[in-house]
Amino acid sequence: MLLYSKLKEKEKILNNDLITENWWVSPLLVLLGLLSFVAYSTWAAWQGEHFWWSAGNEGFGGYLSPFYSPTVYIDPSKSGVPPMNHALLGTWPEWLWWLPGQSPAWLILIFPLSFRFTCYYYRKAYYRAFSLNPPACAVTPIKGIPSKVSDITNNKIKIFNSGKRYDGEAGLLILQNIHRYAMYFAVIFIFILSYDAFLAFFNNGKFGIGVGTVILTINPILLGCYTFGCHSIRHLIGGNLDCYSCSLYKDKVNHNSWKIVTFLNRRHQLFAWLSLIWVGLSDVYVRLVSMGIVNDINTWGI
Amino acid sequence: MKERDFKIYRGDNERGELVNYKCKVTEGMVVLDVIHRIQADKANDLACRWNCKAGKCGSCSIEINGKPRLACMTRMNEFNEEEKIVITPLKSFPVLKDIVSDVSWNYEQNKKIIPFSPSKKDKEKDFVMMQKDVDRVQHFRKCIECYLCQNMCHVLRDNEGKEKFSGPRYMTRLASLEMHPMDKADRIADIKDVHGSGMCNITRCCTEVCPEEIQITDDAIIPLKERVIDRFYDPIMIFFRKIFGKN
Ligand code: SF4
Ligand code: SF4
Ligand code: FES
Ligand code: FES
Repeated sequence: MLLYSKLKEKEKILNNDLITENWWVSPLLVLLGLLSFVAYSTWAAWQGEHFWWSAGNEGFGGYLSPFYSPTVYIDPSKSGVPPMNHALLGTWPEWLWWLPGQSPAWLILIFPLSFRFTCYYYRKAYYRAFSLNPPACAVTPIKGIPSKVSDITNNKIKIFNSGKRYDGEAGLLILQNIHRYAMYFAVIFIFILSYDAFLAFFNNGKFGIGVGTVILTINPILLGCYTFGCHSIRHLIGGNLDCYSCSLYKDKVNHNSWKIVTFLNRRHQLFAWLSLIWVGLSDVYVRLVSMGIVNDINTWGI
Repeated sequence: MKERDFKIYRGDNERGELVNYKCKVTEGMVVLDVIHRIQADKANDLACRWNCKAGKCGSCSIEINGKPRLACMTRMNEFNEEEKIVITPLKSFPVLKDIVSDVSWNYEQNKKIIPFSPSKKDKEKDFVMMQKDVDRVQHFRKCIECYLCQNMCHVLRDNEGKEKFSGPRYMTRLASLEMHPMDKADRIADIKDVHGSGMCNITRCCTEVCPEEIQITDDAIIPLKERVIDRFYDPIMIFFRKIFGKN
């Protein structure tokens, strides 16, 4: 028989202590992965040099780091930068003196950054790993110092209250709904980076292939697999329809494109990480070659 | 045959205790068998709910080592022999007795949904649609209403969002109605305001727990969020709708 006096409150029994698996492993990995990417990309964007390699040749072709593409402004006094004819808008303008490292990367990183930040996959990843709301499934959201982040996100601007109230994406985070606009820009970037891949097949106007060519060609492919698996594209391309059989166009065009996007969408997490890592590696490689630390193996013999 | 250790929640919605039991576990047993054996041999007054023992009725939802599971689909051989197994009721809903919960809150959410509404014309003639349209909505109809997703969702479980969010199970039902080729009702405003689609932060625990492997987040919630964006948050879409009418 149960003795009522011995009983504990239900809430005290049903808590996180019941969970035996190591639920913190995966948010921790995500945390470390994202932090190291942010740290590296900030450092790399700050440099403002060594993002281009063409062995000093001025002719068509060369390796351009994806962090710096397209080259909006170029400061020709720096080393490892493309020749001036690559600059979209000319030399570094006076009024941008305040940008750290006089680096054009800041001007463009904002686009891929906002795309990934509002991506439905990354949202899941950082809500779990950074806001800890929830840190893992069935685990109580962690209140306390780390959930100051959730306080900001959950309580609109009232930063320092208890963190009790939860607004999900209906409060301040309603801003996440701009994702499809970030997506439009991200699609443009796929074309820009594909052009860079094309550029990497040439040096001084001569066709050839090097290790950098391969790296910079895989880059837009992985980014494309990530971008075209986007939930917003999946919606806009056919997911918004209720009836595919109702017209031949909807059936053939919308449904088929929706199926392709769905295929990529099911692997969205995979491509989110692959493309992230690859973009970083591409920058590392171009940087090392441009600094002369690594020798690019290629058919041009340079 | 080996005796293994179990702890089962005994009590009501206010107070209770984790009681130790030993039970012989033989090959092929699932957790529901263990509960039944303990009930038969050691605790005749232990309340438990089940029906089909085939993962199709959704009655036996409980939590095993703090994780929502179907008792009848959790095999004993997935645990180490030494591991103590703790069986508790669903955390998000009131306990009726022991490991049986009162899930009636869910039925209330269901009532708020505008039911299937085909037009009169479509009802009278035979409506023809292709398998691809059928597949999309039928995927959601695999739901066995086990409410594991409702129980798992942190909005309902820990963030006290029961007032503001109907939960993943009903997002799934809403999606199956909204995407139905014959349905004519408009639930988009309800999805945002009554059912609280904005409360979900797409952390995907509902999808992870669903025994029917329904892609709740990817195929129901996110598409519904996108439809809500079309209507309420996308300035270009709103502008075009104003100029060219509804479509
Ligand atoms: S994805 Fe949304 S509905 Fe599903 S468990 Fe997470 S917050 Fe709840
Ligand atoms: S959607 Fe899946 S987890 Fe949720 S009630 Fe239905 S079957 Fe259960
Ligand atoms: S959902 Fe991930 S990119 Fe759009
Ligand atoms: S008893 Fe029917 S689902 Fe477990």
